[in-house]
Amino acid sequence: MTQLKPIPQSMHFADALLLSSGKSIAGYDLAYETYGTLNADKSNAVLICHALNASHHVAGTYADDEKNVGWWDNMVGPGKPVDTNKFFVIGVNNLGSCFGSTSPAHVDVSTGKPYGSSFPVVTVEDWVNAQERLVTKLGITQLAAVMGGSLGGMQALSWTLQFPDRLRYCVCIASAPNLSAQNIAFNEVARRAITTDPDFYSGDFYAHGVVPERGLRLARMVGHITYLSDDAMDEKFGRERIESLAGQAAYGFDEEFQIESYLKHQGKKFASYFDANTYLLITRALDYFDPAKAFGGDLSAALARAKAKFLVVSFTTDWRFPAERSREIVKALVDNKLCVSYAEISASQGHDAFLLEDERYMNVVRAYFDGVTV
Amino acid sequence: MNPFVLKTIAALVPQGARVLDLGCGDGELLAYLRDHKDCTGYGIEIDDAAVHGCVKRAVDVIQLNLDEGLNLFDDNSFDVVLQIDTLQHLRNAEVMLRETVRVGKTGIVAFPNFAHWPNRLSVLLGRMPVTKRLPHQWYDTPNIRVGTYEDFAVLAAQNNLKIEDGFGIQDDAVIRWQPNWRAGTAVFKLTR
Repeated sequence: MTQLKPIPQSMHFADALLLSSGKSIAGYDLAYETYGTLNADKSNAVLICHALNASHHVAGTYADDEKNVGWWDNMVGPGKPVDTNKFFVIGVNNLGSCFGSTSPAHVDVSTGKPYGSSFPVVTVEDWVNAQERLVTKLGITQLAAVMGGSLGGMQALSWTLQFPDRLRYCVCIASAPNLSAQNIAFNEVARRAITTDPDFYSGDFYAHGVVPERGLRLARMVGHITYLSDDAMDEKFGRERIESLAGQAAYGFDEEFQIESYLKHQGKKFASYFDANTYLLITRALDYFDPAKAFGGDLSAALARAKAKFLVVSFTTDWRFPAERSREIVKALVDNKLCVSYAEISASQGHDAFLLEDERYMNVVRAYFDGVTV
Repeated sequence: MNPFVLKTIAALVPQGARVLDLGCGDGELLAYLRDHKDCTGYGIEIDDAAVHGCVKRAVDVIQLNLDEGLNLFDDNSFDVVLQIDTLQHLRNAEVMLRETVRVGKTGIVAFPNFAHWPNRLSVLLGRMPVTKRLPHQWYDTPNIRVGTYEDFAVLAAQNNLKIEDGFGIQDDAVIRWQPNWRAGTAVFKLTR
């Protein structure tokens, strides 16, 4: 099996993109990667949409950075469920994300300073509009499929509503038709952690040469709790204490339990590479996504525009985007007599399961993509 | 699925019908109905391997536990709802029978007929039957609802369901004379 060696690319868009907020952004760039070969009919393109902290680097490793493995490398590649021997796969970094596309850390040419707090709020619909421009510039009229997990699944779903004729299949994994109050609550705690960090400077911390690391760490810690199931956390950490304590209490408030140590590590790692403004933007995009809103909350009415065939997948212990939320999508698709297959994978890992190796999950996705005609 | 049973059931389904197959297994019947009768619709299945089998055949399948009901589907949303060798596995067999004719204009139900004569003989001799049709021992059978052709007719009547057609299948033949004795499989076509 050959290993993918993608080369990150960037595409410039001079024309202003009108955003949901009414504002617009002009002269922006999107970072993207492609895998496999676009066929002569240009009918084998699959767009992969990323979630909160991922990027356009979906699969493979870089020639100059062997350890930098794509975030969905177990899913996408030669001989993998989304087989790059058959499909031309596109990974794109969303507008506002901090992995290469135009984002708050970039300099706004109109002011000569980083966007910071002036970067416009973007929505899932805005991202899809931006992705559509990229796909069009790549010469692709109709995508074979759009696929994503979690927030990426929302983008895939939104594609079927914004551009019903531009894709044949939609693969929506561990996602939801909108966030619950609890989801928004967790996002808000994370955002408050960032915005109340004195190093945040209302989003314009770049000029001060600091990063609101404390806020970012806390945001990641709370987020990470929601990605794991209670069982998975118990299995991985239980009530174990860090090694130096040899199982004993220290009668203090520094880290003692393994789970504390783990969250601290995750937070620290995250804060070293993720942009605070991007965190705010992406969580807000999550909060706002609600295609049924314009239809009085009727998701079936909202999905009446869709034409694609769907694969919906959920995981039984995912409490961030529970299986019931995926079933809401399935019901709305069934109400519209659309083609849909739905797999509910009993996995113990919670929301994270969508990124992990599971034979049943991989088998279903592989079989589904085998059936995608190009 | 036995090819004769498959074709016999398929013959009860109108051309181009919208079909829901409860407990669809690996989607063989739905694939046949799609390929030979232009039918559309979905299968419902709980088993992971069977769901995978359906996706491999490009049969649309929805992974659900039927014992949780059919809330996903509106009244009259299918021309035909199939329950082929499914009824005997359901805890809420009666509720699901009503659900079958709620979401479907027509229900087609097939199940092993416990009153088939070899089964009767076995019980007469003091042992629960273990046959090709009912291959499990009494203590590990997944068939938690064992009933007869006649029992089903009574249950249908109790639920005010109209039996449009009823027959047995045995040894690749349709049994219309004394199916309760002579057939290992009971088949009913029902409407409200």
